[in-house]
Amino acid sequence: MIVFNQVQKSYQVGGRAIPALLPTDMTIETGEVFGIVGHSGAGKSTLVRLINLLEPPTGGDILIDDENITGYSAAELRAFRRKVGMIFQHFNLLSSKTVADNIAFPMKLAGIYSKAEIRERVQELLARVSLTDQADKYPSQLSGGQKQRVGIARALACRPTILLCDEATSALDPQTTQSVLRLLGDLNKELGLTIVLITHEMDVVRRVCDRVAVMDGGRVVEMGAVSDVFLHPQHPTTRDFVFESESVDSQERQQDLQKASGRILRLTFRGESTYQPLLGSVARASGVDFSILSGRIDHIKDTPYGQLTLSLVGGDLEVAMEALEAADVHVEVVR
Amino acid sequence: MDILLSNVDWPEIGVASWDTLVMVGMSLLFSVLAGLPVGVLLFLTGKRQLLEQPVAYAVLSFVVNVLRSIPFIILLIVMIPFTVMLIGTSLGVAGAIPPLVAGGAPFFARLVETSLREVDRGIIEATQAMGANVRQIVFGALLPEALPGIIAGITVTAITLVSYAAMSGVIGGGGLGDLAIRFGYQRFQTDVMVITVALLVIFVQVLQMIGDRLVLYFSRK
Repeated sequence: MIVFNQVQKSYQVGGRAIPALLPTDMTIETGEVFGIVGHSGAGKSTLVRLINLLEPPTGGDILIDDENITGYSAAELRAFRRKVGMIFQHFNLLSSKTVADNIAFPMKLAGIYSKAEIRERVQELLARVSLTDQADKYPSQLSGGQKQRVGIARALACRPTILLCDEATSALDPQTTQSVLRLLGDLNKELGLTIVLITHEMDVVRRVCDRVAVMDGGRVVEMGAVSDVFLHPQHPTTRDFVFESESVDSQERQQDLQKASGRILRLTFRGESTYQPLLGSVARASGVDFSILSGRIDHIKDTPYGQLTLSLVGGDLEVAMEALEAADVHVEVVR
Repeated sequence: MDILLSNVDWPEIGVASWDTLVMVGMSLLFSVLAGLPVGVLLFLTGKRQLLEQPVAYAVLSFVVNVLRSIPFIILLIVMIPFTVMLIGTSLGVAGAIPPLVAGGAPFFARLVETSLREVDRGIIEATQAMGANVRQIVFGALLPEALPGIIAGITVTAITLVSYAAMSGVIGGGGLGDLAIRFGYQRFQTDVMVITVALLVIFVQVLQMIGDRLVLYFSRK
C-alpha cells in the first residue's frame, strides 16, 4: 500500500519556489492498477517520481507498506528502489547492452545474485515478454513495442512489488499500446503487482486501471473508481479528458444537442444491463418516441458499459425514466 | 630518386618516426589516464548532475581552461622547470612527454565531459531507479553509453598530440618535428622537410582511420 500524507514538491527556480505538487493525500492499494491522468505540466511525472524518491518531496510523508520512505538513508533507499520497477515513455534502455544484458542489468547492480541465477531469471523474463529469440540483439534493432517489453522485463528482474509506468505507451502506435497494456494487466493479475501508471490518455486508464486520479495544476482534482470517474466525471478537467478519449468535440456536441427537440437524456448502462434490449420496451410502455443522438458501447477494464444520449418526444416521460432506473440504468437529464 | 632526396638519412628518419610514435603513444596514454577521471568529475559536478558541486566544478573547469588557453609552444617553455624536476631532463623523447600530457589531458577531459553530456538523461534516471549508486551509474551506464564518443575523443586527442609532438622539436623534443626543424628549416634541406611532413600526414590519416573504425564497431545506435 502506498500512502501519501500531505506530500508536496516544489522546485527552486531563481530563488523562488515553484510548486509542482500541492499538498496531496492519496492511498494506492496493494495489487491495484492506479492511473494518474493529466495534461503535461499537471504534476503527474513529479507524483510518480516521488514514489521511488527520484524526486525527494519538499514536505509530507510517503509510506510504503507502513514504512516511511522519506527518512531512508542512501543505502536503504537503493535497496528499496530494487523493489520498485519503473518503465519509461522512451524506454531508456542501454544502447550499448544487448536485450539480455539490459534485463540482467538491475540484478547485476544489486550484487546479490549469482551468475546462474541471473541467467535463469533473464531466460524466464524473456519468455514472459515473448522476446526469447531477440536476446542477443541490441535495442536499436527492435521495434518500439519490443523495446517497451524489454523495459518491462528489466523492471521486473528483481521481483518488485510495485511497477511505476511513466507514459509507458505514449510513444507507441495504438496496436502496440494495446498489447503492452494487455501485458501490464496480465502481470498485475499473475504477480499481484501494484501498478501506478501515468498517462495523458483516458483510453489507457479505461483499459487497465481500477482507480484513477485526475491531476490539474499540481493538484488531484478528482479521484475514484475508473467506472465512476469515467462515466460520471465531475471536474471540468476530467470531462475534457473523457470527451477527448471519445474523440468528441465538446463544441460540436453542444451544437448537435441544440438541433434536437424534446428532452435530452444521457443513459449509462453498466455490466449486464448493457446487453439488455431495454429501449424498445420502455418506449412501448411509456409511449415516448426517441432518437439516438450519440452512443457508445465499450469496456472499462473487464466491465462492459454503454452510454447513449437520446432525445425524447411525447408520451409519459416520468414512466420512461422510472422504467429505465428500475432496470439499473443511470439516467442524467441533459436538457 | 637518390639525387632528389640526397639529404635524407633514412635510418635517422626511421629513428625519428619511432620517437614520434613513442611520444604520441606515451603522452596519449597519460592524457587519457589523467583526462578521463577529470572529464567524469567535470560532468558529475556540473549543473543539475548527480554530484552537483558548483565550487568544485568552477575550480576544475578553471584549471582545465588555463591549461587549454596557453598556446602549446608557450606551455612547452613554461613546463621546462617542472619537467626537469619530474624526470631530470627537458630534452629528448622523455622530456617532451610531460608538456604533451599537460596539453593533451585537459583537452581530452573536455571531450569526455561533452560525450557524457550526450548520454540520454533518461538512462541515468532509469539506472538510478534500479537502485544504482553513483559509481555503478558511471561505470555501468555512463561510460559504456558514451564509449563511441570517448573513442572519437581519444582519436582527436591523438591527432592533436601528433602536431604538439612535432612542435616540441623547437625546444629539443626529438622525433620527426625535431628533424624537420634541424634539417628542413635550419639547414634548408627541403627534401627532409617534405619527407617528415609526408610521414606526419600518413600518421594522422592512419590514426583517424583506426579511430573511425573503432567508433563504428562500438556504436550500437
